[in-house]
Amino acid sequence: MLRLLNIELQKLRYNRAAKVISIIYFVLITFIALISSIEFNFGDFHFRVADQGIFNFPYIWHFNTYVAAILKLFLAIVIVSMMSNEYSYRTLKQNLIDGLSKKEFVLSKFLTVLLFSVISTVFIFLVSLILGLAFSDYNEIGIIFSDMEYIGAYFIKLVAFFSFCLFLGVLVKRSAFALGFLIIWQIVEWLGYGLMKWQFFKDTEIADNVAQFFPLNAMANLIKEPLSRLGAIQSAANQLGENFTKDYQVTWLNVMIVLVWTSLFIYWSYAILKKRDL
Amino acid sequence: MENILTINNLTKKFGALTAVDNLSFSIEKGNVYGILGPNGSGKSTTLGIVLNVVNKTAGDFKWFDGNIDTHNALKKVGAIIERPNFYPYMTAVQNLQLVCKIKEVSEEKISEKLELVGLLDRKDSKFSTFSLGMKQRLAIASALLNDPEILILDEPTNGLDPQGIHQIREIIKVIASQGTTILLASHLLDEVEKVCTHVVILRKGVSLYSGSVDGMNASHGFLTMQSNNMEKLQNALEGNPAFGTVKREGDYLIAYLNNPMDASEVNKLLFEKGITLSHLVKRKESLEEQFLELTKQN
Repeated sequence: MLRLLNIELQKLRYNRAAKVISIIYFVLITFIALISSIEFNFGDFHFRVADQGIFNFPYIWHFNTYVAAILKLFLAIVIVSMMSNEYSYRTLKQNLIDGLSKKEFVLSKFLTVLLFSVISTVFIFLVSLILGLAFSDYNEIGIIFSDMEYIGAYFIKLVAFFSFCLFLGVLVKRSAFALGFLIIWQIVEWLGYGLMKWQFFKDTEIADNVAQFFPLNAMANLIKEPLSRLGAIQSAANQLGENFTKDYQVTWLNVMIVLVWTSLFIYWSYAILKKRDL
Repeated sequence: MENILTINNLTKKFGALTAVDNLSFSIEKGNVYGILGPNGSGKSTTLGIVLNVVNKTAGDFKWFDGNIDTHNALKKVGAIIERPNFYPYMTAVQNLQLVCKIKEVSEEKISEKLELVGLLDRKDSKFSTFSLGMKQRLAIASALLNDPEILILDEPTNGLDPQGIHQIREIIKVIASQGTTILLASHLLDEVEKVCTHVVILRKGVSLYSGSVDGMNASHGFLTMQSNNMEKLQNALEGNPAFGTVKREGDYLIAYLNNPMDASEVNKLLFEKGITLSHLVKRKESLEEQFLELTKQN
């Protein structure tokens, strides 16, 4: 295990592009802290984002993991190119000739995906903890460590998304095309949902029930948007006569769907490599 | 004799094309083998299969005594196929460190092997700055890191300038003299003739000859003849079982011998049949002529 991870890290360690993008990614996550300093002044109305409760425990776990997950696209570039480079440098072939098995090759990539996800998860945990301790109105231990499910969901979401990227890298062989495919796939999911919702199964729940099984949609559903949960927005909605009755919890069904997709992506990567003549 | 690689009835099909057709041969420890064949004869495909990068269609092969996974066996093998493949953004040493990690050998031999191929002074240069000859030499250093039981080289001098070719051949000779088993695939005859003791000749994926280089030379030779009555000469030769192929080449008749036979015996035989020769030369084929003879398109 450690040997496989070591091999992959040796490849990444000297790759300047991969290093720069990874650093940018982690710097951007810390920039979430900057949201706290956003301030508006409308005459005598003073508005400070940090005071709106977004950094309150335990809401901050939900909010930060949601925002940080958007940034995963940066690491996706690293993951995709880490795979497609092996094709373009023809080093995949050389690695196999040197004595790496195809299984070990896929495993070394997957371990790297896990490592990136773990680091990112620990990082977001620390950033949130520090921000929360600085701005939260509630500082009791029990409250601080409640709703930790979002941290777990964040980890699963990253692993799934990067596994998808890895699979696309294996399938398409070129990083630009693989990332393009990712975007096209997202559009396909939206179109599929839209067509079902407003064309084929109007006024039913079928579209939502089917779409929850789409891979990218399932990953997105893991951490639902947190903004409508904010006190300020809730009360504004109440005044307008709207009532949000949304479930913001991380559901087990959703976690299972995402885990199944993750294992399929990794298995398919291996199956493709095994079948292909290099 | 200890077998390093045994190939049995190996077949590879790419769609309708059969790249390797029912190929069998084995490689014994300590010999230098050549796989000879024109471009597209299935050399690289065969090597690709035993090196775990191409999937076979039928047949099988086993490394060493057959009790070891292919990928683990490959850790005891050094191989270079086609062009040298390394990570361009890493230096020579960093690339070799990676190979050591994959092969699970210690990194202490890196300097020694770089020295052997004459790249020690460039060890901290990025791979992307190397010339093709240097890249190929780095590939050889990389293949030698584990002191392999067998070194497999596929067209190692392809695309190199004369100086580069010379350097690579010198390195191969040094390695061969140390007792390492070598398998060299090439379409260049003199390359195989100079370094190999055994040869497998392939055409369109079919093995035409497999055995020692000396054994291949041990045909009985051929005769070049001329007479004032060529028709009669040709009939006489074709009617005699001692002669194999008889063919007309310009003003001469070429006859291949099936049995060892002296030129004077042939002369006597023909004279008794009332044929007088104005030209008679007996020669042995060079390896090149035999190769062309064997691989000519029928």
